[in-house]
Amino acid sequence: MTAGSLKNQNPPGIWDAKMPQDVRVRRDPLVPVTRTSFLPERDADKTPILECIDLGITFGGLKAVDNFNVAIGRTEIAGLIGPNGAGKTTIFNLLTKVYQPTHGTILLDGKDIAAMSTAQINRAGIARTFQNIRLFHNQTVLDNVLIGLHNEMEYGMGSAILRLPGYWKAERIARERAMEYLSLFHLEGHAEELAGSLPYGAQRRLEIARALATNPSLLLLDEPAAGMNPSETAELMENIEKIRDTFHIAILLIEHDMSLVMNICEGIVVLNFGRIIAKGTPSDIRANPAVIEAYLGRKGAKTL
Amino acid sequence: MKKLSKGARSDLITYAAVILAFIVVSVLKSNGSLNRSQSGLLVPICCYIVMAVSLNLTVGILGDLSLGHAGFMSVGAFTGVITAMSLMNVIPSVWLRLTLAMIVGAFFAAVIGFLIGIPVLRLTGDYLAIVTLAFGEIIKELITCLLVGVDSEGLHIIFNVSGSKTANDLKLLEGGRVIIKGAQGATGTKTIASFTAGFILVMIALVIVQNLIRSRQGRAIMAVRDNRIAAESVGINVTRYKMMAFVTSAALAGAAGALFGLNYSNLAATKFDFNTSILVLVFVVLGGLGNIWGSIIATVVLYILPEALRGFANYRMLIYAIVLIVVMLATNNPVLKTYREELRAKFSRKDKKEAADT
Repeated sequence: MTAGSLKNQNPPGIWDAKMPQDVRVRRDPLVPVTRTSFLPERDADKTPILECIDLGITFGGLKAVDNFNVAIGRTEIAGLIGPNGAGKTTIFNLLTKVYQPTHGTILLDGKDIAAMSTAQINRAGIARTFQNIRLFHNQTVLDNVLIGLHNEMEYGMGSAILRLPGYWKAERIARERAMEYLSLFHLEGHAEELAGSLPYGAQRRLEIARALATNPSLLLLDEPAAGMNPSETAELMENIEKIRDTFHIAILLIEHDMSLVMNICEGIVVLNFGRIIAKGTPSDIRANPAVIEAYLGRKGAKTL
Repeated sequence: MKKLSKGARSDLITYAAVILAFIVVSVLKSNGSLNRSQSGLLVPICCYIVMAVSLNLTVGILGDLSLGHAGFMSVGAFTGVITAMSLMNVIPSVWLRLTLAMIVGAFFAAVIGFLIGIPVLRLTGDYLAIVTLAFGEIIKELITCLLVGVDSEGLHIIFNVSGSKTANDLKLLEGGRVIIKGAQGATGTKTIASFTAGFILVMIALVIVQNLIRSRQGRAIMAVRDNRIAAESVGINVTRYKMMAFVTSAALAGAAGALFGLNYSNLAATKFDFNTSILVLVFVVLGGLGNIWGSIIATVVLYILPEALRGFANYRMLIYAIVLIVVMLATNNPVLKTYREELRAKFSRKDKKEAADT
């Protein structure tokens, strides 16, 4: 590894090559791997990228998340749904160590991440977006992605200040890669604009691009379709599947748009009051009376 | 040729303007257009420019309000003076001694910056400001207790906390010199600072700060400023980059301090008090947070202004204050702001048009 080069030797340029249809990952049936977890069939014989065992957190006396057991396959698109306040974002914050879990274990690719900080977890392979968009608003769109590429660039403060060849090389490669990530989300024309000046939908896309730039093996998307119109949502759905197929990563998303969740997720976890009330394929979830009750209430569920 | 980005272009313009200003002032100085008091301002202006640029790194780029910047300047000044004075017989070259003094000053200021940074950078906002203020005052008080002398046996240092000791307690041999005399500060310093050295230091500070800003490290520092949680979520080690900015800022202040210290034959630690920190902060805020060339212009104008107003005698500081208020109001005036934006938009459209035409 020479100083200044990028770690990932496989740039997302492969994106441009048209993916033959049969390379696209097909939706597999879920198979049980442990007593409580399911994985898509193609991932079942490999270590799950993420495994939560008995994960929980209490705020004061409130059990915000309790007894959370989930496994996510290496190429799975999984959904996390539930009514408002069910604890979905809290789970993202636990997975990325914004909150310290009160109990339970998180295994990322089979390794316990208990001792890691938020930044270390990102370097270990979890990238995320935020429900309330957290871009670097006063910096350009391109710089936002370059910040995502921070750990992919390798040059020290000395080469930065003296502008040694390593600096120029790494910056050039990083810029090219950043533009590729931007073009994935049709943002390449806005590279020099301030991130804060983008329309809402574009900001959401930029946040995904920035997260992807950190080269994750698991991407957490917190309400990626919020504030998008139906055609943007449709494009987003396609994009999410494309991301999985191109980068071969797992995606866990929180979403209230049921058409998106039911269309692209393989495994779905339903949360209510911090506990899992159902798990399974979209059709399982759709038919599950507990889920209908959680969303519509007991009375509503009866009238349905 | 590839088109330069907006940032890189403004960097180059800054360098060019500083070099041009240096040439113009040097010519004025050599043909005698500047009187003694005017040319006496040149070195301090260079020092304060470096102070403002380095403080801008902490306040504007990192986004942490530091009120103890003069403390680092004072560490640099006194370590620099000790270095230059104690090596006077060993190294005859003025330039080499001056360079060494600035390096030593920068080093010690960086070390102190690192030590202070460990507790301070855990804080944010007002708390950080108050603690840096306190550390600035502590540094000043500690240096007031310092007695340093040099003789053929080497450095003699006494830490005079009780206040009962004098320079005689240093027990210097025949031919020894007292360098720092407690509350009196550095006395009898041989002034070796020059305007050219000041100019070179300004250029070095500019290169360091501007190149740092436009690197992965600089982007990380600004990411921490803009959104700490998002910065952590993309794998940026917040503590590391806060420390990097803080220590770099302290080191540059130390180098500026060393030059400043070697510009006066007598210099007391009380020169580097809270007022000096605030003065530099005013330069930074008026020049625009995060705006490097703004800091330079603000420093030059605001440093010369009180001197230029000497003709107004007693009303001098009153006018100075009014100018500060007017500039503050003008830069934050929404009407003027929109007008400026419009002008800028017009110019950039013109640029684009020209680019399209050619």
